[in-house]
Amino acid sequence: MNRFKLFYGGSIVVLAALAAALGAALVLTAIGASPAATFVTIFTGPFTDVFGLTEILVRAIPLILVALGIAIAFRSGIINIGAEGQMLIGILAATATALALPTWPKAALLPVVILAGAAGGALWAGIAGTLRARLGVNEILSTVMLNYIAAQLYTFFLRGPMIDPGELETGSGTPQSMRLPEAAFLDRLVPGTRLHMGLVLALVLCVCVWFFLWRTTWGFRLRAAGAEAKAARYAGIHVPGSLVAAMGLSGAFAGIAGAVEVSGVHHRAIENITSGYGFAGIVVALFGALHPAGIVPAAFFFGLLLVGSDMTQRSAGVPANMILVLMGVLILCIVSAKMYLNNPYAQERAARFLARFRKPGAGEPS
Amino acid sequence: MTHDLVYNILSLGVPFSVALLLASLGEMFNQRAGVFNLGCEGIMCMGAFLGFLPAFFLKTGPLAPYGIVLGFAVAAAAGVAMGLLFALVTVTFRAEQGIAGIGLQMMGWGVAGTLFRHFVGGVTGVEGLASWPLPGLSRIPFLGGILFNHNPMVYIAFLMVPASWYLLFKTPWGLKVRAAGTEPRAADSMGINVNRVRYQALMLGGAMAGLGGAYLSLCQAKMFADDLVAGRGFIAVALVYFGRWSPLGVLGGALLFSLAQSLQLAIQVAGIKFPYEFAVMLPYVLVILVLSLARKARMRGPTHLGVPFNREMRY
Repeated sequence: MNRFKLFYGGSIVVLAALAAALGAALVLTAIGASPAATFVTIFTGPFTDVFGLTEILVRAIPLILVALGIAIAFRSGIINIGAEGQMLIGILAATATALALPTWPKAALLPVVILAGAAGGALWAGIAGTLRARLGVNEILSTVMLNYIAAQLYTFFLRGPMIDPGELETGSGTPQSMRLPEAAFLDRLVPGTRLHMGLVLALVLCVCVWFFLWRTTWGFRLRAAGAEAKAARYAGIHVPGSLVAAMGLSGAFAGIAGAVEVSGVHHRAIENITSGYGFAGIVVALFGALHPAGIVPAAFFFGLLLVGSDMTQRSAGVPANMILVLMGVLILCIVSAKMYLNNPYAQERAARFLARFRKPGAGEPS
Repeated sequence: MTHDLVYNILSLGVPFSVALLLASLGEMFNQRAGVFNLGCEGIMCMGAFLGFLPAFFLKTGPLAPYGIVLGFAVAAAAGVAMGLLFALVTVTFRAEQGIAGIGLQMMGWGVAGTLFRHFVGGVTGVEGLASWPLPGLSRIPFLGGILFNHNPMVYIAFLMVPASWYLLFKTPWGLKVRAAGTEPRAADSMGINVNRVRYQALMLGGAMAGLGGAYLSLCQAKMFADDLVAGRGFIAVALVYFGRWSPLGVLGGALLFSLAQSLQLAIQVAGIKFPYEFAVMLPYVLVILVLSLARKARMRGPTHLGVPFNREMRY
């Protein structure tokens, strides 16, 4: 039955992706662009040169990190929509730390900067986690609100206390921080591109998250509280505590994503630095079935989508907002498909339906 | 001086509340029927853009006066369509409502933004609705200007409050809605088609969120921009909690927020030094505070809020 299950699950995921593509195609037709040409540009454009290829990986790094955090939260029974805000706070914390310690050597500064990012994200997410655990405040609403608040806080700091003094001198006043000290940079992996060591970090953290969630007591507690809170409580797990821990951990990953983005790609805090990774991470996590082994390929796929949709904006004039449509429809499709994914009854029916097309005597699908 | 200031804050705050009020009343029907529709934000985005579009196209033609009316109609229709889509996902496919709502929000935001860039492109204004002082009533000193000197949509929105109350508490359909959200199994045994009621509630809620969005672009800002809605859909969802699922409570919440907004404007106009970012932040902080405090009061919300109804399942 296992092979059939894999086939069944796989075909449902493919169907969901097709439905999403259909939705996007409708919008593309509405604005008079050719869906086929657009999709071809999105899916093949980034592969034409080294820059495009590495750029896919560059986009995948924060997506992996954010999605890991979101997977931890979702698995633990708390929904984190606030990765965008947590990233911003993580960036603020990481940038401030790096700028405050310009003389530190790289071996010491880099870990501290990334940990500062993690702490910032964890703190921001912790607000929502605590409100949920203590006062029962709906965490979806509170994280969404914290996103808006973080965005304002971020611009406030970039325009005020943290603005690059050079910007004030020249009078251009671009809201951005000073350039980080070089010791806080993540090394570039391929010279001449933006691909940086964050990729290694992200992949290592994938293994860590897998180990934590599936091979440690702590991870088991979190998952148990998420799977069935009442049973977990009966077994002696402190559910509110595990919610806060899961949310904090989830925010820490978003914060790391922010720190990695600033020290690996931009080297300073700028406006629009998150470019929607916080939301795209949700889709990546769902698409990757909330498991590190699924999140990595999903992140590469969405990295491709992001780079490709940038290319269509330049070449075909299709607005890059298009990617939001695709992601939104994809979320709707994935959550709808879930009912069929974990439903033995629907599986059974599909198996019987397929059996009709088999040659008599070939037997049941194995 | 202070009299003028208070008057200005109040008379600005009342029309500001319309978008929130319409969307929240719609969301109240959704939640009363047991569906938590976070997609409200996305529906408002779509309503704001699709409502703006006819008014924008008909701006110079002979049909200009009808552009706004057509805009509201289109926005309501788009809201119904998106409510239907959300119902398909959460009622028929029984998907997790919170995440599905975020999906709908992204979709609405993305579609509105994409179409906007293609059809409009930049900042373009529309006429908006003229103010329509109610004869007699608008002459009442002080109160007249605050309550009865606005565009017609303001009156319509405020009339929606008693209308929603009547619909929810005094009609057979309202009873069905409340039953679907609180005792779906009992409702089912009584022969009520729970899923159909939820579909209807989501369509109604979608239409109202669409109207709320259209009000933003057609009457309040008189233009469309990507971030026009700016989380008002999420605030509307929070207001339903705050108003404890009653039309009057929702009205109170909507007024609280719109007054906070006009107060913030008044502070800026008065030139009081206050970082702009913190002023913008205020409503969002207020939502979190409101949600935290709402918990302490005893909540008597729909018990099956967020739970998909499955006839074959035993609880």
